[in-house]
Amino acid sequence: MTNEVTAEILATHILDLAREGRRLDGRAIDEYRKVTVEPGFVASADGSALARIGPTAVVAGVKLELGKPFPDTPNAGVLTTNAELVPLSNPTFEPGPPHPRAIEVSRVIDRAIRAAEAIDLTKLCVTPGEKTWVCYVDVHVIDHSGNLIDAGSLAALTALLHATLPAKRFGVAESDSRLDVRHKPVETTFVRLGDAIVVDPSFDEELACQGRLTIATDEASNIVAMQKGLIGAFSPEDVKSLAERAFHHGDRMRKLAEGA
Amino acid sequence: MGSVGAKEVPVLLSPDGKRIDGRQLDELRSMRIVAGALHQADGSAFVEWGANKVMAAVYGPREVHPRHLQQNNKAIVQCKYNMAAFSVDERKRPGLDRRSQEISKVIAEAFESVIFVEEFPRTSIDIYIEVLQANAGTRCAGVVAASVALADAGIPMVDLLPAVAVGKVAGQIALDLKKEEDNFGEADLPMALVPQSGRLVLLQMEGHMTAEELSKSLDLGVVGCRAIYEKMKQALRDRYQLGGPAEGASA
Repeated sequence: MTNEVTAEILATHILDLAREGRRLDGRAIDEYRKVTVEPGFVASADGSALARIGPTAVVAGVKLELGKPFPDTPNAGVLTTNAELVPLSNPTFEPGPPHPRAIEVSRVIDRAIRAAEAIDLTKLCVTPGEKTWVCYVDVHVIDHSGNLIDAGSLAALTALLHATLPAKRFGVAESDSRLDVRHKPVETTFVRLGDAIVVDPSFDEELACQGRLTIATDEASNIVAMQKGLIGAFSPEDVKSLAERAFHHGDRMRKLAEGA
Repeated sequence: MGSVGAKEVPVLLSPDGKRIDGRQLDELRSMRIVAGALHQADGSAFVEWGANKVMAAVYGPREVHPRHLQQNNKAIVQCKYNMAAFSVDERKRPGLDRRSQEISKVIAEAFESVIFVEEFPRTSIDIYIEVLQANAGTRCAGVVAASVALADAGIPMVDLLPAVAVGKVAGQIALDLKKEEDNFGEADLPMALVPQSGRLVLLQMEGHMTAEELSKSLDLGVVGCRAIYEKMKQALRDRYQLGGPAEGASA
Protein backbone atom coordinates (compact mmCIF):
# COMPACT_ATOMS: atom_id res chain seq x y z
CA MET A 1 0.00 0.00 0.00
CA THR A 2 2.78 2.40 0.97
CA ASN A 3 4.48 1.72 -2.35
CA GLU A 4 1.27 2.37 -4.22
CA VAL A 5 0.81 5.69 -2.43
CA THR A 6 4.37 6.89 -2.99
CA ALA A 7 4.19 5.79 -6.61
CA GLU A 8 0.99 7.79 -6.99
CA ILE A 9 2.56 10.90 -5.44
CA LEU A 10 5.65 10.56 -7.63
CA ALA A 11 3.56 10.09 -10.77
CA THR A 12 1.49 13.18 -9.96
CA HIS A 13 4.67 15.16 -9.38
CA ILE A 14 6.17 14.01 -12.71
CA LEU A 15 2.98 15.00 -14.52
CA ASP A 16 2.87 18.38 -12.75
CA LEU A 17 6.45 19.10 -13.80
CA ALA A 18 5.74 18.03 -17.39
CA ARG A 19 2.93 20.57 -17.56
CA GLU A 20 5.63 23.24 -17.09
CA GLY A 21 7.93 21.57 -19.60
CA ARG A 22 10.19 20.21 -16.86
CA ARG A 23 11.40 16.75 -15.88
CA LEU A 24 12.35 15.17 -12.58
CA ASP A 25 16.04 14.88 -13.50
CA GLY A 26 16.22 18.38 -14.98
CA ARG A 27 16.28 17.27 -18.61
CA ALA A 28 14.54 19.05 -21.46
CA ILE A 29 11.52 17.37 -23.10
CA ASP A 30 13.57 16.24 -26.10
CA GLU A 31 16.80 15.39 -24.28
CA TYR A 32 18.33 11.97 -23.70
CA ARG A 33 20.25 11.06 -20.61
CA LYS A 34 23.98 10.57 -21.24
CA VAL A 35 24.42 7.81 -23.82
CA THR A 36 27.61 5.76 -24.07
CA VAL A 37 28.40 2.49 -25.78
CA GLU A 38 31.44 0.30 -25.42
CA PRO A 39 32.01 -2.35 -28.10
CA GLY A 40 33.90 -5.55 -27.36
CA PHE A 41 32.77 -5.68 -23.73
CA VAL A 42 32.57 -9.49 -23.72
CA ALA A 43 35.57 -11.28 -25.21
CA SER A 44 33.81 -14.65 -25.41
CA ALA A 45 31.21 -13.30 -27.84
CA ASP A 46 31.80 -12.81 -31.58
CA GLY A 47 30.54 -9.28 -31.17
CA SER A 48 29.38 -7.41 -28.10
CA ALA A 49 28.66 -4.05 -26.59
CA LEU A 50 27.73 -2.45 -23.29
CA ALA A 51 25.30 0.40 -23.80
CA ARG A 52 24.38 2.88 -21.09
CA ILE A 53 21.62 5.45 -21.15
CA GLY A 54 22.00 7.27 -17.88
CA PRO A 55 21.83 4.57 -15.18
CA THR A 56 20.29 2.00 -17.56
CA ALA A 57 22.82 -0.62 -18.63
CA VAL A 58 22.42 -3.32 -21.25
CA VAL A 59 24.93 -5.82 -22.62
CA ALA A 60 24.41 -7.33 -26.05
CA GLY A 61 26.35 -10.32 -27.32
CA VAL A 62 26.42 -11.76 -30.83
CA LYS A 63 27.20 -15.43 -31.30
CA LEU A 64 27.59 -17.00 -34.74
CA GLU A 65 27.30 -20.73 -35.22
CA LEU A 66 26.81 -23.07 -38.16
CA GLY A 67 23.39 -24.66 -38.50
CA LYS A 68 20.77 -25.76 -40.99
CA PRO A 69 18.61 -23.24 -42.86
CA PHE A 70 14.84 -23.37 -42.34
CA PRO A 71 13.21 -25.65 -44.96
CA ASP A 72 11.10 -22.79 -46.35
CA THR A 73 14.11 -20.46 -46.74
CA PRO A 74 16.94 -22.76 -47.93
CA ASN A 75 19.09 -19.86 -49.18
CA ALA A 76 18.87 -17.71 -46.07
CA GLY A 77 20.69 -17.61 -42.80
CA VAL A 78 18.98 -17.45 -39.46
CA LEU A 79 18.86 -14.45 -37.15
CA THR A 80 17.30 -14.49 -33.70
CA THR A 81 17.19 -11.74 -31.13
CA ASN A 82 16.33 -12.37 -27.53
CA ALA A 83 16.24 -10.08 -24.52
CA GLU A 84 16.57 -11.25 -20.93
CA LEU A 85 15.30 -9.03 -18.15
CA VAL A 86 17.27 -10.72 -15.39
CA PRO A 87 16.15 -10.28 -11.75
CA LEU A 88 19.34 -8.48 -10.78
CA SER A 89 18.37 -5.51 -12.92
CA ASN A 90 15.27 -4.42 -11.03
CA PRO A 91 13.39 -5.30 -7.84
CA THR A 92 10.18 -5.89 -9.81
CA PHE A 93 11.67 -8.62 -12.02
CA GLU A 94 11.26 -12.17 -10.83
CA PRO A 95 12.91 -15.39 -11.92
CA GLY A 96 10.80 -17.64 -14.09
CA PRO A 97 9.46 -17.84 -17.62
CA PRO A 98 9.80 -14.63 -19.62
CA HIS A 99 7.34 -11.92 -18.62
CA PRO A 100 5.32 -10.37 -21.47
CA ARG A 101 7.32 -7.14 -21.08
CA ALA A 102 10.57 -9.07 -21.74
CA ILE A 103 8.97 -10.70 -24.77
CA GLU A 104 7.89 -7.29 -26.00
CA VAL A 105 11.39 -5.81 -25.60
CA SER A 106 12.87 -8.82 -27.45
CA ARG A 107 10.41 -8.65 -30.27
CA VAL A 108 10.60 -4.89 -30.76
CA ILE A 109 14.42 -4.98 -30.94
CA ASP A 110 14.24 -8.00 -33.25
CA ARG A 111 11.63 -6.32 -35.47
CA ALA A 112 13.84 -3.29 -36.11
CA ILE A 113 16.90 -5.39 -37.00
CA ARG A 114 14.85 -7.71 -39.20
CA ALA A 115 12.69 -5.09 -40.94
CA ALA A 116 15.68 -2.84 -41.64
CA GLU A 117 17.43 -5.86 -43.17
CA ALA A 118 20.48 -4.98 -41.09
CA ILE A 119 22.00 -8.33 -42.00
CA ASP A 120 21.71 -9.74 -45.50
CA LEU A 121 20.55 -13.20 -44.55
CA THR A 122 21.34 -14.65 -47.98
CA LYS A 123 25.01 -13.85 -47.38
CA LEU A 124 24.97 -15.98 -44.23
CA CYS A 125 24.15 -19.09 -46.25
CA VAL A 126 27.14 -21.39 -46.77
CA THR A 127 25.55 -24.32 -48.67
CA PRO A 128 21.89 -23.83 -49.73
CA GLY A 129 19.56 -26.14 -47.86
CA GLU A 130 22.47 -27.63 -45.92
CA LYS A 131 24.61 -25.23 -43.99
CA THR A 132 24.25 -21.63 -42.91
CA TRP A 133 25.38 -19.20 -40.28
CA VAL A 134 22.96 -18.74 -37.43
CA CYS A 135 23.30 -15.32 -35.83
CA TYR A 136 22.14 -15.05 -32.23
CA VAL A 137 21.77 -11.58 -30.77
CA ASP A 138 21.28 -11.82 -27.01
CA VAL A 139 20.41 -8.70 -25.08
CA HIS A 140 21.02 -8.87 -21.35
CA VAL A 141 19.51 -6.09 -19.27
CA ILE A 142 21.68 -5.58 -16.21
CA ASP A 143 20.27 -2.32 -14.85
CA HIS A 144 16.70 -1.37 -15.73
CA SER A 145 16.42 2.32 -15.02
CA GLY A 146 14.08 3.05 -17.91
CA ASN A 147 14.08 2.90 -21.71
CA LEU A 148 15.28 -0.66 -22.22
CA ILE A 149 14.28 -0.73 -25.88
CA ASP A 150 16.58 2.10 -26.96
CA ALA A 151 19.47 0.83 -24.83
CA GLY A 152 18.95 -2.71 -26.09
CA SER A 153 18.77 -1.70 -29.73
CA LEU A 154 21.89 0.48 -29.44
CA ALA A 155 23.80 -2.37 -27.77
CA ALA A 156 22.56 -4.86 -30.38
CA LEU A 157 23.48 -2.68 -33.37
CA THR A 158 26.92 -1.87 -31.92
CA ALA A 159 27.56 -5.55 -31.22
CA LEU A 160 26.59 -6.47 -34.80
CA LEU A 161 28.73 -3.68 -36.29
CA HIS A 162 31.74 -4.98 -34.40
CA ALA A 163 31.09 -8.70 -34.87
CA THR A 164 33.46 -11.17 -36.50
CA LEU A 165 32.32 -14.13 -38.55
CA PRO A 166 34.35 -16.98 -36.98
CA ALA A 167 34.86 -18.73 -40.32
CA LYS A 168 38.27 -20.13 -39.44
CA ARG A 169 37.13 -21.60 -36.16
CA PHE A 170 34.29 -23.39 -37.93
CA GLY A 171 36.52 -24.50 -40.78
CA VAL A 172 34.60 -22.88 -43.63
CA ALA A 173 37.29 -20.35 -44.65
CA GLU A 174 40.99 -19.64 -44.22
CA SER A 175 40.42 -16.62 -42.05
CA ASP A 176 37.76 -14.87 -40.04
CA SER A 177 36.00 -11.88 -41.54
CA ARG A 178 33.88 -8.97 -40.46
CA LEU A 179 30.13 -9.63 -40.22
CA ASP A 180 28.53 -7.68 -43.06
CA VAL A 181 26.02 -5.17 -41.68
CA ARG A 182 24.05 -3.47 -44.47
CA HIS A 183 21.69 -1.18 -42.58
CA LYS A 184 21.79 0.49 -39.20
CA PRO A 185 18.45 0.54 -37.38
CA VAL A 186 18.12 2.20 -33.99
CA GLU A 187 15.08 2.81 -31.86
CA THR A 188 13.85 5.99 -30.24
CA THR A 189 11.29 5.79 -27.46
CA PHE A 190 8.91 8.47 -26.24
CA VAL A 191 6.33 8.56 -23.46
CA ARG A 192 3.36 10.81 -22.98
CA LEU A 193 3.24 12.84 -19.75
CA GLY A 194 0.01 14.81 -20.02
CA ASP A 195 0.31 16.99 -23.11
CA ALA A 196 4.09 16.66 -23.17
CA ILE A 197 5.77 13.82 -25.04
CA VAL A 198 9.28 13.23 -23.71
CA VAL A 199 12.10 11.21 -25.21
CA ASP A 200 14.12 8.57 -23.34
CA PRO A 201 11.85 7.91 -20.34
CA SER A 202 13.41 7.19 -16.96
CA PHE A 203 12.06 4.29 -14.90
CA ASP A 204 9.76 6.60 -12.92
CA GLU A 205 8.55 8.35 -16.08
CA GLU A 206 7.62 4.96 -17.54
CA LEU A 207 5.53 4.24 -14.45
CA ALA A 208 3.84 7.64 -14.60
CA CYS A 209 3.33 7.78 -18.35
CA GLN A 210 0.15 7.67 -20.42
CA GLY A 211 1.45 5.64 -23.33
CA ARG A 212 4.79 4.78 -24.87
CA LEU A 213 5.77 4.93 -28.53
CA THR A 214 8.94 3.48 -30.02
CA ILE A 215 10.00 4.39 -33.56
CA ALA A 216 12.86 2.59 -35.28
CA THR A 217 14.65 4.40 -38.10
CA ASP A 218 17.45 3.46 -40.48
CA GLU A 219 20.28 5.53 -41.97
CA ALA A 220 18.32 6.12 -45.22
CA SER A 221 15.47 8.02 -43.53
CA ASN A 222 13.10 5.06 -43.42
CA ILE A 223 10.86 4.22 -40.53
CA VAL A 224 11.34 0.47 -40.17
CA ALA A 225 9.36 -0.42 -37.06
CA MET A 226 7.02 1.06 -34.48
CA GLN A 227 5.47 -0.11 -31.26
CA LYS A 228 2.94 1.61 -29.09
CA GLY A 229 2.92 0.17 -25.60
CA LEU A 230 1.53 0.74 -22.11
CA ILE A 231 -1.77 2.40 -21.32
CA GLY A 232 -2.45 5.61 -23.21
CA ALA A 233 -2.95 7.06 -26.66
CA PHE A 234 -1.26 9.12 -29.39
CA SER A 235 -2.93 11.11 -32.14
CA PRO A 236 -1.82 10.56 -35.75
CA GLU A 237 -0.35 14.09 -35.62
CA ASP A 238 1.67 13.13 -32.53
CA VAL A 239 3.03 10.11 -34.37
CA LYS A 240 4.02 12.19 -37.40
CA SER A 241 5.93 14.74 -35.35
CA LEU A 242 7.56 12.03 -33.21
CA ALA A 243 8.84 10.37 -36.39
CA GLU A 244 10.77 13.56 -37.19
CA ARG A 245 12.22 13.61 -33.68
CA ALA A 246 13.12 9.92 -34.01
CA PHE A 247 15.17 10.58 -37.17
CA HIS A 248 17.11 13.28 -35.36
CA HIS A 249 17.90 11.14 -32.31
CA GLY A 250 18.44 8.04 -34.44
CA ASP A 251 21.22 9.68 -36.43
CA ARG A 252 23.06 10.55 -33.25
CA MET A 253 22.69 7.00 -31.89
CA ARG A 254 23.94 5.54 -35.17
CA LYS A 255 27.09 7.68 -34.95
CA LEU A 256 27.68 6.37 -31.44
CA ALA A 257 27.22 2.78 -32.61
CA GLU A 258 29.63 3.22 -35.53
CA GLY A 259 32.20 5.49 -34.00
CA ALA A 260 32.50 3.84 -30.63
CA MET B 1 9.37 -8.32 -45.26
CA GLY B 2 9.29 -12.05 -45.30
CA SER B 3 10.62 -12.14 -48.83
CA VAL B 4 13.87 -13.93 -47.99
CA GLY B 5 14.09 -17.12 -50.00
CA ALA B 6 10.51 -16.74 -51.17
CA LYS B 7 9.70 -18.63 -54.31
CA GLU B 8 7.53 -16.40 -56.46
CA VAL B 9 6.25 -12.93 -55.74
CA PRO B 10 2.68 -12.53 -57.02
CA VAL B 11 1.61 -9.41 -58.91
CA LEU B 12 0.20 -7.32 -56.07
CA LEU B 13 -0.95 -4.33 -58.07
CA SER B 14 -2.26 -4.47 -61.63
CA PRO B 15 -1.37 -1.71 -64.13
CA ASP B 16 -4.84 -0.17 -63.61
CA GLY B 17 -4.24 0.05 -59.87
CA LYS B 18 -6.34 -2.94 -58.78
CA ARG B 19 -5.14 -5.14 -55.96
CA ILE B 20 -4.72 -8.90 -55.99
CA ASP B 21 -8.39 -9.39 -55.06
CA GLY B 22 -9.64 -6.55 -57.26
CA ARG B 23 -9.94 -3.96 -54.49
CA GLN B 24 -8.96 -0.31 -54.72
CA LEU B 25 -6.09 0.89 -52.53
CA ASP B 26 -8.46 2.45 -50.00
CA GLU B 27 -11.03 -0.35 -49.99
CA LEU B 28 -11.74 -2.64 -47.03
CA ARG B 29 -12.40 -6.35 -47.35
CA SER B 30 -15.99 -7.36 -46.66
CA MET B 31 -16.83 -7.63 -42.97
CA ARG B 32 -19.54 -9.27 -40.95
CA ILE B 33 -19.84 -8.78 -37.19
CA VAL B 34 -22.16 -10.79 -34.95
CA ALA B 35 -22.51 -9.44 -31.42
CA GLY B 36 -23.38 -12.02 -28.76
CA ALA B 37 -22.26 -15.17 -30.54
CA LEU B 38 -21.55 -17.33 -27.46
CA HIS B 39 -23.69 -18.54 -24.56
CA GLN B 40 -21.40 -18.80 -21.53
CA ALA B 41 -19.43 -15.58 -21.87
CA ASP B 42 -20.54 -12.26 -20.35
CA GLY B 43 -20.04 -10.74 -23.76
CA SER B 44 -18.95 -12.09 -27.12
CA ALA B 45 -18.62 -11.35 -30.81
CA PHE B 46 -17.72 -13.15 -33.99
CA VAL B 47 -16.01 -11.33 -36.84
CA GLU B 48 -15.63 -12.53 -40.40
CA TRP B 49 -13.35 -10.13 -42.19
CA GLY B 50 -12.15 -11.12 -45.64
CA ALA B 51 -10.94 -14.67 -45.05
CA ASN B 52 -10.40 -14.10 -41.32
CA LYS B 53 -12.70 -15.75 -38.78
CA VAL B 54 -12.18 -14.54 -35.24
CA MET B 55 -14.21 -15.15 -32.07
CA ALA B 56 -13.88 -13.02 -28.96
CA ALA B 57 -15.31 -13.53 -25.48
CA VAL B 58 -15.26 -11.29 -22.42
CA TYR B 59 -15.57 -12.49 -18.83
CA GLY B 60 -15.85 -10.08 -15.96
CA PRO B 61 -15.44 -7.94 -14.08
CA ARG B 62 -14.65 -10.96 -11.93
CA GLU B 63 -12.21 -12.17 -9.28
CA VAL B 64 -8.55 -11.86 -10.22
CA HIS B 65 -6.51 -14.98 -10.95
CA PRO B 66 -3.71 -15.14 -9.98
CA ARG B 67 -4.58 -13.18 -6.86
CA HIS B 68 -1.36 -11.15 -6.58
CA LEU B 69 -2.20 -9.33 -9.81
CA GLN B 70 -5.17 -7.68 -8.09
CA GLN B 71 -5.07 -3.87 -8.00
CA ASN B 72 -6.75 -1.99 -5.18
CA ASN B 73 -7.73 1.06 -7.21
CA LYS B 74 -8.82 -0.41 -10.53
CA ALA B 75 -9.69 -3.46 -12.58
CA ILE B 76 -6.91 -5.16 -14.50
CA VAL B 77 -7.47 -6.02 -18.14
CA GLN B 78 -6.08 -9.36 -19.25
CA CYS B 79 -6.07 -10.55 -22.83
CA LYS B 80 -5.24 -13.86 -24.43
CA TYR B 81 -4.93 -13.84 -28.20
CA ASN B 82 -4.60 -17.36 -29.53
CA MET B 83 -4.37 -18.86 -33.00
CA ALA B 84 -5.89 -22.26 -33.60
CA ALA B 85 -3.48 -24.86 -34.96
CA PHE B 86 -5.59 -25.18 -38.11
CA SER B 87 -6.00 -21.44 -38.70
CA VAL B 88 -3.02 -21.14 -41.05
CA ASP B 89 -1.78 -23.09 -44.09
CA GLU B 90 0.99 -24.89 -42.27
CA ARG B 91 -0.24 -26.23 -38.91
CA LYS B 92 0.74 -23.90 -36.09
CA ARG B 93 2.00 -25.56 -32.95
CA PRO B 94 -0.74 -24.96 -30.39
CA GLY B 95 -0.10 -22.87 -27.32
CA LEU B 96 1.29 -19.50 -26.46
CA ASP B 97 4.16 -18.41 -28.65
CA ARG B 98 6.05 -15.15 -28.28
CA ARG B 99 4.12 -13.44 -31.07
CA SER B 100 0.79 -14.24 -29.41
CA GLN B 101 2.06 -13.03 -26.06
CA GLU B 102 3.22 -9.72 -27.51
CA ILE B 103 -0.07 -9.22 -29.35
CA SER B 104 -1.98 -10.11 -26.17
CA LYS B 105 -0.01 -7.49 -24.25
CA VAL B 106 -0.58 -4.63 -26.69
CA ILE B 107 -4.27 -5.48 -27.07
CA ALA B 108 -4.78 -5.57 -23.29
CA GLU B 109 -3.05 -2.19 -23.00
CA ALA B 110 -5.16 -0.77 -25.81
CA PHE B 111 -8.40 -1.78 -24.05
CA GLU B 112 -7.18 -0.67 -20.64
CA SER B 113 -6.74 2.74 -22.28
CA VAL B 114 -10.49 3.00 -23.01
CA ILE B 115 -12.22 0.96 -20.26
CA PHE B 116 -13.28 2.81 -17.09
CA VAL B 117 -11.17 0.44 -14.98
CA GLU B 118 -11.40 2.60 -11.84
CA GLU B 119 -15.07 1.63 -11.56
CA PHE B 120 -14.19 -2.00 -10.79
CA PRO B 121 -11.35 -2.13 -8.25
CA ARG B 122 -9.89 -5.57 -7.35
CA THR B 123 -11.40 -7.27 -10.37
CA SER B 124 -10.23 -8.60 -13.68
CA ILE B 125 -11.76 -8.07 -17.10
CA ASP B 126 -10.65 -11.02 -19.20
CA ILE B 127 -10.63 -10.88 -22.98
CA TYR B 128 -10.17 -14.06 -25.00
CA ILE B 129 -9.53 -13.89 -28.72
CA GLU B 130 -9.50 -17.09 -30.77
CA VAL B 131 -8.35 -16.88 -34.36
CA LEU B 132 -10.06 -19.75 -36.17
CA GLN B 133 -9.07 -18.82 -39.71
CA ALA B 134 -6.27 -16.39 -40.46
CA ASN B 135 -5.62 -14.25 -43.51
CA ALA B 136 -3.59 -11.22 -42.34
CA GLY B 137 -4.92 -8.60 -39.97
CA THR B 138 -5.95 -11.07 -37.26
CA ARG B 139 -4.93 -8.80 -34.41
CA CYS B 140 -7.12 -6.04 -35.84
CA ALA B 141 -10.01 -8.47 -36.33
CA GLY B 142 -9.38 -9.59 -32.74
CA VAL B 143 -9.57 -6.02 -31.47
CA VAL B 144 -12.81 -5.37 -33.38
CA ALA B 145 -14.36 -8.60 -32.06
CA ALA B 146 -13.16 -8.00 -28.50
CA SER B 147 -14.41 -4.43 -28.53
CA VAL B 148 -17.92 -5.50 -29.58
CA ALA B 149 -17.74 -8.31 -26.99
CA LEU B 150 -16.85 -5.77 -24.27
CA ALA B 151 -19.83 -3.64 -25.24
CA ASP B 152 -21.99 -6.79 -25.30
CA ALA B 153 -20.78 -7.53 -21.76
CA GLY B 154 -21.84 -4.05 -20.67
CA ILE B 155 -18.34 -2.91 -19.71
CA PRO B 156 -18.26 0.90 -19.61
CA MET B 157 -15.79 2.32 -22.08
CA VAL B 158 -14.83 5.67 -23.56
CA ASP B 159 -15.68 4.32 -26.98
CA LEU B 160 -15.57 1.26 -29.21
CA LEU B 161 -12.19 0.44 -30.69
CA PRO B 162 -12.15 -0.06 -34.46
CA ALA B 163 -8.86 -1.39 -35.84
CA VAL B 164 -7.29 -1.94 -39.24
CA ALA B 165 -3.89 -2.52 -40.79
CA VAL B 166 -2.47 -0.25 -43.46
CA GLY B 167 0.48 -1.33 -45.52
CA LYS B 168 2.70 -0.69 -48.48
CA VAL B 169 2.05 -2.84 -51.51
CA ALA B 170 4.11 -2.46 -54.69
CA GLY B 171 5.16 0.98 -53.46
CA GLN B 172 1.60 2.16 -52.77
CA ILE B 173 -0.10 2.73 -49.43
CA ALA B 174 -3.04 0.32 -49.16
CA LEU B 175 -5.79 -0.26 -46.62
CA ASP B 176 -6.52 -3.63 -44.98
CA LEU B 177 -3.88 -6.01 -46.34
CA LYS B 178 -4.76 -9.60 -47.13
CA LYS B 179 -2.32 -12.47 -46.78
CA GLU B 180 -0.38 -12.15 -50.04
CA GLU B 181 -0.07 -8.38 -49.57
CA ASP B 182 1.15 -8.88 -46.02
CA ASN B 183 3.68 -11.57 -46.99
CA PHE B 184 5.09 -9.84 -50.04
CA GLY B 185 4.36 -6.18 -49.29
CA GLU B 186 6.92 -3.69 -48.03
CA ALA B 187 5.31 -2.58 -44.78
CA ASP B 188 2.51 -3.40 -42.38
CA LEU B 189 1.04 -0.97 -39.86
CA PRO B 190 -1.81 -2.20 -37.63
CA MET B 191 -3.65 0.41 -35.59
CA ALA B 192 -6.68 0.86 -33.33
CA LEU B 193 -8.47 4.19 -33.07
CA VAL B 194 -10.57 5.79 -30.34
CA PRO B 195 -13.05 7.52 -32.68
CA GLN B 196 -14.23 9.97 -30.04
CA SER B 197 -10.75 11.40 -29.33
CA GLY B 198 -9.12 10.64 -32.68
CA ARG B 199 -6.22 9.00 -30.86
CA LEU B 200 -4.53 5.66 -31.44
CA VAL B 201 -4.24 3.17 -28.58
CA LEU B 202 -2.68 0.39 -30.63
CA LEU B 203 0.03 1.09 -33.15
CA GLN B 204 2.69 -1.18 -34.52
CA MET B 205 4.69 -1.14 -37.72
CA GLU B 206 7.21 -3.24 -39.57
CA GLY B 207 8.81 -2.68 -42.94
CA HIS B 208 10.00 0.40 -44.78
CA MET B 209 8.20 3.74 -44.90
CA THR B 210 9.30 7.30 -45.41
CA ALA B 211 7.90 10.05 -43.19
CA GLU B 212 5.43 10.99 -45.96
CA GLU B 213 4.29 7.39 -46.39
CA LEU B 214 3.80 7.08 -42.64
CA SER B 215 1.71 10.22 -42.63
CA LYS B 216 -0.44 8.97 -45.51
CA SER B 217 -0.82 5.56 -43.86
CA LEU B 218 -2.01 7.04 -40.59
CA ASP B 219 -4.58 9.20 -42.36
CA LEU B 220 -5.83 6.27 -44.46
CA GLY B 221 -6.02 4.03 -41.38
CA VAL B 222 -8.12 6.59 -39.51
CA VAL B 223 -10.60 6.71 -42.41
CA GLY B 224 -10.72 2.89 -42.45
CA CYS B 225 -11.25 2.72 -38.69
CA ARG B 226 -14.15 5.16 -38.91
CA ALA B 227 -15.86 2.99 -41.54
CA ILE B 228 -15.36 -0.12 -39.37
CA TYR B 229 -16.72 1.81 -36.37
CA GLU B 230 -20.07 2.15 -38.17
CA LYS B 231 -20.21 -1.61 -38.78
CA MET B 232 -19.44 -2.28 -35.10
CA LYS B 233 -22.22 0.02 -33.93
CA GLN B 234 -24.62 -1.59 -36.39
CA ALA B 235 -23.76 -5.08 -35.07
CA LEU B 236 -24.64 -3.93 -31.55
CA ARG B 237 -27.87 -2.31 -32.76
CA ASP B 238 -28.81 -5.53 -34.55
CA ARG B 239 -28.27 -7.49 -31.37
CA TYR B 240 -30.16 -5.23 -29.00
CA GLN B 241 -32.99 -3.76 -31.02
CA LEU B 242 -36.43 -5.31 -30.55
CA GLY B 243 -36.97 -8.17 -32.92
CA GLY B 244 -33.23 -8.55 -33.43
CA PRO B 245 -31.47 -11.90 -33.32
CA ALA B 246 -32.32 -13.94 -30.24
CA GLU B 247 -30.05 -14.14 -27.24
CA GLY B 248 -26.91 -16.08 -28.13
CA ALA B 249 -27.65 -16.12 -31.84
CA SER B 250 -25.26 -18.49 -33.52
CA ALA B 251 -22.31 -17.24 -35.50
